[in-house]
Amino acid sequence: MNKAISKASGLKKPLGIYIHIPFCISKCSYCDFLSGPADEGTINTYMDALVKEIEGNRNLGSRFFVDTVFFGGGTPSIAAPLKIKAVMEKLKEVFEFDESPEVTIEANPGTITEKKLMIYREAGINRISMGLQSTENEELKLLGRIHTYEEFLEGYRMAEKCGFSNINVDLMSALPGQTPELWAKTLERIADLDPAHISAYSLIIEEGTPFYEWFQDKEGRNCPPLPSEEEERGMYELTKRFLEARGYCQYEISNYAKEGFICRHNMGYWRRKDYLGLGTGAASLIDNVRFSNTESIPEYIENCGSPDSIHKATQNLSVQEQMEEFMFLGLRTTEGIDKEEFDRVFSGKFEAVYGKICEKLEKEGLLKGYSRKPGRICLTGKGMDLSNYVLAQFLLD
Amino acid sequence: MSGIEQSKIRNFCIIAHIDHGKSTLADRIIEKTGLLTSREMQAQVLDNMDLERERGITIKAQAVRIVYKAQDGEEYVFNLIDTPGHVDFNYEVSRSLAACDGAVLVVDAAQGIEAQTLANVYLALDHDLDVIPVINKIDLPSADPQRVIEEIEDVIGIEAQDAPLISAKAGINIEQVLEQIVAKIPAPVGNPDAPLQALIFDSLYDSYKGVIVFCRIKEGRVRKGTKIKMMATGAVADVVEIGYFGAGQFIPCEELSAGMVGYITASLKNVKDTSVGDTVTDALNPCKAPLPGYKKVNPMVYCGMYPADGAKYPDLRDALEKLQLNDASLQFEPETSIALGFGFRCGFLGLLHLEIIQERLEREYNLDIVTTAPGVIYKVYKTNGEVVELTNPSNLPDPSEIDYMEEPIVSAEIMVTTEFIGQIMDLCQERRGVYLGMEYMEETRAVLRYELPLNEIIYDFFDALKSRSRGYASFDYEMKGYERSELVKLDILINKEEVDALSFIVHGSTAYERGRKMCEKLKDEIPRHLFEVPIQAAVGSKVIARETVKAMRKDVLAKCYGGDISRKRKLLEKQKEGKKRMRQVGNVEIPQKAFMSVLKLDEK
Repeated sequence: MNKAISKASGLKKPLGIYIHIPFCISKCSYCDFLSGPADEGTINTYMDALVKEIEGNRNLGSRFFVDTVFFGGGTPSIAAPLKIKAVMEKLKEVFEFDESPEVTIEANPGTITEKKLMIYREAGINRISMGLQSTENEELKLLGRIHTYEEFLEGYRMAEKCGFSNINVDLMSALPGQTPELWAKTLERIADLDPAHISAYSLIIEEGTPFYEWFQDKEGRNCPPLPSEEEERGMYELTKRFLEARGYCQYEISNYAKEGFICRHNMGYWRRKDYLGLGTGAASLIDNVRFSNTESIPEYIENCGSPDSIHKATQNLSVQEQMEEFMFLGLRTTEGIDKEEFDRVFSGKFEAVYGKICEKLEKEGLLKGYSRKPGRICLTGKGMDLSNYVLAQFLLD
Repeated sequence: MSGIEQSKIRNFCIIAHIDHGKSTLADRIIEKTGLLTSREMQAQVLDNMDLERERGITIKAQAVRIVYKAQDGEEYVFNLIDTPGHVDFNYEVSRSLAACDGAVLVVDAAQGIEAQTLANVYLALDHDLDVIPVINKIDLPSADPQRVIEEIEDVIGIEAQDAPLISAKAGINIEQVLEQIVAKIPAPVGNPDAPLQALIFDSLYDSYKGVIVFCRIKEGRVRKGTKIKMMATGAVADVVEIGYFGAGQFIPCEELSAGMVGYITASLKNVKDTSVGDTVTDALNPCKAPLPGYKKVNPMVYCGMYPADGAKYPDLRDALEKLQLNDASLQFEPETSIALGFGFRCGFLGLLHLEIIQERLEREYNLDIVTTAPGVIYKVYKTNGEVVELTNPSNLPDPSEIDYMEEPIVSAEIMVTTEFIGQIMDLCQERRGVYLGMEYMEETRAVLRYELPLNEIIYDFFDALKSRSRGYASFDYEMKGYERSELVKLDILINKEEVDALSFIVHGSTAYERGRKMCEKLKDEIPRHLFEVPIQAAVGSKVIARETVKAMRKDVLAKCYGGDISRKRKLLEKQKEGKKRMRQVGNVEIPQKAFMSVLKLDEK
């Protein structure tokens, strides 16, 4: 009853929680995230540290209520499910929760069991994000994934059986040797399963990954060549066309959802909602201050009880930076940004700050809705395809 | 320092082909005269510009005064005036020579006479200098001093039997060189009581002292407080300080008199008041006539220089003025380019000179410079009888007004070992050379004589020569004159708009090849735009080559993980930063690098 009162009276602001689990069974060839294999003891110690860090953030509980939680990694599903449950219980003890929060866990298809899934449910987790990437076992092997397509199918059905109706499947296009036909096959097989949400990324070769090393020389070591630019482009367009025909709506550059299943947690990032990152390397935005936790696991475990001491790269966003973020984050979503909202937040400066840029981009066919006043501004399809080019222009001098 | 007997002064320079050891010998002479201990010696004392030390070449004339106690028990004052070795700087060499009474000729004991050895000796003889040959690097296993001595006598025609056999590097027989300087180089002449007559052979700008004039006193004397007059510019000023050159520093003294070499600072604020080659005299007691001075040397290579940041235009002008102060061969005048904005059309002695000026602007004056493709001066004969000297391709008159054009031709001498003759002849052929003849200097070495169009050698001829002869060929050239030639203006159109800064003049027979290479190179340099960008090379209205920069169709950062926004921001900032370094031509953005990349068309 108390919760309802404080939220209704607008005293508390909504907060997203991101929990980073930096462990996995083995590192994938394309992955440059903060993660790596570890023994069970380390994982358990780390999970206990998360509980301590939540306790250390108790002061935030008086000002925020939690409406989304996201367990990301790494592979969160390799942690003992009871430890996940303990983290959730601590969160609920420290924070008020929304009546119907969105609570997601990323799961590697090779690591889930029915027992795990049941404990997740008891803990309040209601969304599963499965990192599949491809339905071709050859491609999975190349990517360094630890599972086959068949194992994924088994896991997927298990999750459905355990009552998870909000499931995301991660897919990846532009893989070495991948043809548009193979990509279409992956899309088709997954759409046939009818998950609520699909994330479809293009492979990006990041520095510091095995792929980066392999593709230093053009051939790629023991590896088929990357698709040509034309092919990659074809796959990207195919994704949009195909998924839209299957009832998925693109709501952000690489995210597609059935109606009512947009990932609320992710939307929070684009709308600059406050969020608290827990665990190593996790990023936060609280009251227009951005900061990240230390990336060192020993340092984290040592000092997680006093969260301030592990915050790195703290940045108090200036008004200009806030305006820039408002634009370059908001425009990643298909709903785009609301001029009136910009004016409310930044005391009526939209025209002066971004009028000219919007006008130019609209002329170039990259943005729409600017000249139609009032209303929302968003990128056109072409603008989405060239989002780096477009969004860079919203950085001010 | 007054009271030095004229008979005890020796003003001389050292001349040599590049790498034959001129700077090293200068160092040894300074060391042996005892003004500096070995410990104080920094390698290569005379070359005090960073750039010179890095490249191992001497660019600017420098001077040093040293005292030598000779075997006859007397103390002699040596003024050693350094000279640049590169062919581009013949003009600077002749400036230095005019301040000297003799020259030490350094010849490598293994390589013998090279093209610049000859060029420099002829210059010295032109100035009536006594030349003392010195055979250097006798400690090399391949040294053959006797052969080199004979070569000097045969080819140059000067007595060389008693030439000192030295190793400047190892310090062998340096004493003999010093003794020969005393014995063989004449003391200066000139009447200290005559009206002042001094030749300015160099000058530089110092932020504390203002303009510093380097001069050789031919007649009369100058003291602090003397009212001096620059005879050519007419500027009058009071002498603030006079002195001579220590090793790398200025040492003030009381008086400079006839026969001496030193510097003068005066109440001159304007850089333009002094010009190298001018005569300084006493304003109250002037000499009758100025010294002959120098023949004005005209630049042979021109290019546009623009500040990368348009707001730095006045800074660039200032910097060029200061550089011009001791580099009279540098010329510049303002010009405007549609693509590059406000800048200067600059004239240089050669491509090395151009590169050095560019580097000095960047290092000493912290300027970011965009240069356009270098060209030479063409003569355009118009149908109405007018003759235009063309330094900027953009100013080429309409073809209908042109009767014919002429381009500068040089006579080149290439010295090469016989095994590479074939390759070098091929190279000259490719560069439109006309073969004049070949002479064997000895069994394994020959001199090839060619006439070559200057515009074929200003790019990378020297590099090509070195690479095709594994470094063994040497090269010297002099202007021969102008010849009629089938020249065309090659224009580059980017997105159908002509980019003036990329136009240049080529021979009709090479236009296609050049155009194709330019387009290929530019295709790699110009980033993708929202639309397709055609790059065309055209002669007149005829397009002779084309490349296309495809439209940008996808530029997406898909992943944005766990709310790590700062990473995303960094990426966007990088993208934006890249855009800033672009030049806008029409609606196409061209990176500044693109304007320079066309200078290096022959790189594979």
